[in-house]
Amino acid sequence: MTIEKKVTLWIDGVKVTVPEKSTILQAADSINIDVPSLCYHPDLSVIGACRVCVVEVEGQRNPVASCSFPVAEGMKVKTSSPLLRRLRRDVVELILDNHPMDCQTCVRNGTCELQKLAYDLGVRERLFQGERKRIPVDTSSPVHRNPEKCILCGRCVRVCDEVQGVHNLSVQHRGFHNVVAPAHDSKMIDSVCIHCGQCVNVCPTAAFTEQDATESVFEALSNPDLHVVVHTAPAIRATIGEGFGFRPGTPVTGKLVTALRMAGFHKVFDTNFGADLTIIEESTEFLNRIHKKERLPLITSCSPGWVNFMERFYPELIPLTSTCKSPMSMLSTLLKTYYAQQMGLDPEKIFVVAVMPCTAKKYEARREEHKAPWGKPYTDAVLTTRELIWMMKCLGVDFHNLEDGAFDSPLGVSSGAADIFGATGGVMEAALRTAYEKITGKELEELDFETVRGVEGVKETSIQINGLTINIGVANGLQNAKNLLDRVASGEKQYHIIEIMACPGGCVAGGGQPYPPRGMHVLDPELARLRARALYSIDGSKSLRKSHENPSIEALYENFLGAPNSHLCHELLHTHYEPKFPRGVK
Amino acid sequence: MTNELLQKEKAKATDILPESVVRYIEDCAKKKNPNSHLISVLHKVQDHFGYLAKEHMDAVSVLMQIPAAKVTGVASFYHFFNFTPRGKHRVSLCMGTACFVKGAGKVLDKLQELLEIKIGETTADNLFSIDVARCVGACALAPVMIVDEKVYAEVKPDQVARILGEYGYEPKKAKA
Repeated sequence: MTIEKKVTLWIDGVKVTVPEKSTILQAADSINIDVPSLCYHPDLSVIGACRVCVVEVEGQRNPVASCSFPVAEGMKVKTSSPLLRRLRRDVVELILDNHPMDCQTCVRNGTCELQKLAYDLGVRERLFQGERKRIPVDTSSPVHRNPEKCILCGRCVRVCDEVQGVHNLSVQHRGFHNVVAPAHDSKMIDSVCIHCGQCVNVCPTAAFTEQDATESVFEALSNPDLHVVVHTAPAIRATIGEGFGFRPGTPVTGKLVTALRMAGFHKVFDTNFGADLTIIEESTEFLNRIHKKERLPLITSCSPGWVNFMERFYPELIPLTSTCKSPMSMLSTLLKTYYAQQMGLDPEKIFVVAVMPCTAKKYEARREEHKAPWGKPYTDAVLTTRELIWMMKCLGVDFHNLEDGAFDSPLGVSSGAADIFGATGGVMEAALRTAYEKITGKELEELDFETVRGVEGVKETSIQINGLTINIGVANGLQNAKNLLDRVASGEKQYHIIEIMACPGGCVAGGGQPYPPRGMHVLDPELARLRARALYSIDGSKSLRKSHENPSIEALYENFLGAPNSHLCHELLHTHYEPKFPRGVK
Repeated sequence: MTNELLQKEKAKATDILPESVVRYIEDCAKKKNPNSHLISVLHKVQDHFGYLAKEHMDAVSVLMQIPAAKVTGVASFYHFFNFTPRGKHRVSLCMGTACFVKGAGKVLDKLQELLEIKIGETTADNLFSIDVARCVGACALAPVMIVDEKVYAEVKPDQVARILGEYGYEPKKAKA
């Protein structure tokens, strides 16, 4: 074992010892000295572009960018001085010169890092009337791109390259004409963008935001002709509390249901029901492929970011990807078929709202394959967690003090296996619980598959079921998925089943989730872990923990669908994929 | 998992680019940092076509397996690359300090007036395009104008029409 070399330095007179490859910013962070920064992100590469994090180092002629400057033995650093305060303020003022001054009407009001910096650094007056860049907003896709609000920090470019491996964004043109855009300055919808929304998450300003669906939902709620139903994804209950000051990882299922009822939704259902159904359909598909000796591995299809990625970057994997619709689309379809029939409602008068941790779900909802025969989408509106938080604030809901409510029956009943869909490895664990019992006919005693839990990028394990060894791969974050799939392509690895979630950490860290509270950051593994823990705790506290034991699911098959993978199931609950262009470069 | 789809894409890209460039890309692929040759590949593509079209850059992206956003990011950074077809004759005017001081700005005004186009544009009949150079290193001859390969020294605005006439320019007197 090599021992990491350490160096000792002084920051603001405080002695600190850190690994020799640290930067000054990391060293300061380790002793809780908060150096202001803007382009820096702890989980992305360092570019040192903005110069907000400047510090003074004894012996250096000029202040240095602490995010990129390495520590050295005996170094003496000052993080605060009249010079540094002036420099930082000047940098932020210059950025503001080329920025629309519309904070009050901006969707990032209150969560904007530039706004916060301007306040913290004491920008209280505007000295220059700078020339403004004028570039139209690109609203073509669920991820809106507004270059006028862009400060060219490059975080979006880095997350798209390094974490997602999509490489859709780059800084185009030169100097004042610099703009972050897809190839050929094309619109997002015509690019290789997979709509995962990680650029929205890391953007310090409102240069990337999600398409707004709140207006259409408010309108539907006030339309007396419509029966408005809502269903909420597994991950929402673990994160929405953060929008109201709860600590990350606080499950708030009951309050969420009550809040939705107060907002005026006629029925509050649970996407979890769709998740349980997905498990029945997908495990049946999996076991059929094994029995018929068809092509393996089976790759999950719940994550719409992954599905988009697969169609553009790995079209050769289309035959391997499960044909199951996602839990959202399964449930939305059932709401306008089964539920409409049961309730005697005209399906065209049902307005289905899905609350999702995800921007790619907005794209999924408008896909042709997910439209009803009468031409309208099964899911009428997709709200991100952030949008729902805002709606609740707009309605003046006192979220903190709400009583716990319960989901409506029958499409609100779910097992613990469905709750954990929101964490990476959760779909796999849920599938294993059901597949094991289906293959062996015996009761599974240990329900927790610890080897597929955790926020690591790639997890793999093998389990024995009735003498059959099943090799399992789980990846989250598309760069990790790429690494895993390339090992499969090279023949190095052979799996029977692979779960892929587009976002690092799974849906709990999806592109539509709340901006993290102070002290945590987007992509923070600790944040994903806390949020996932909330889901595992819900699962652990339920007595119903296996999808196939959900009585409402059993009733659904008996009264409506017939058997799993039946003709009707294929018609309503399964989909198909197509190679998409432009093709991405892997 | 064989990747026939990617091979098909590559075959399509190969048809778009000249054979010499395709071969050059293959050679680069064998070198240590293949991606670092992107600029020289783009130079060769522009030498051939006179400009970089969307389909040319996409083909480079596929053959070099460099994301298209990175290819256009590089191409749009450098002044040397242009994205519209160039005219048959490329008029290049030096705007270096010496040429500028000696009146290149007025020569440029005249050029733009006569050809009815701006810097970087091409005339409707595809005969001329105007570019601006940043010092060609012939300051003693300032102001310098280059048409194709030929250098014209100490150019005055009233000489522009005659010089262009050597390349087929006809004054639009008939119209007036």
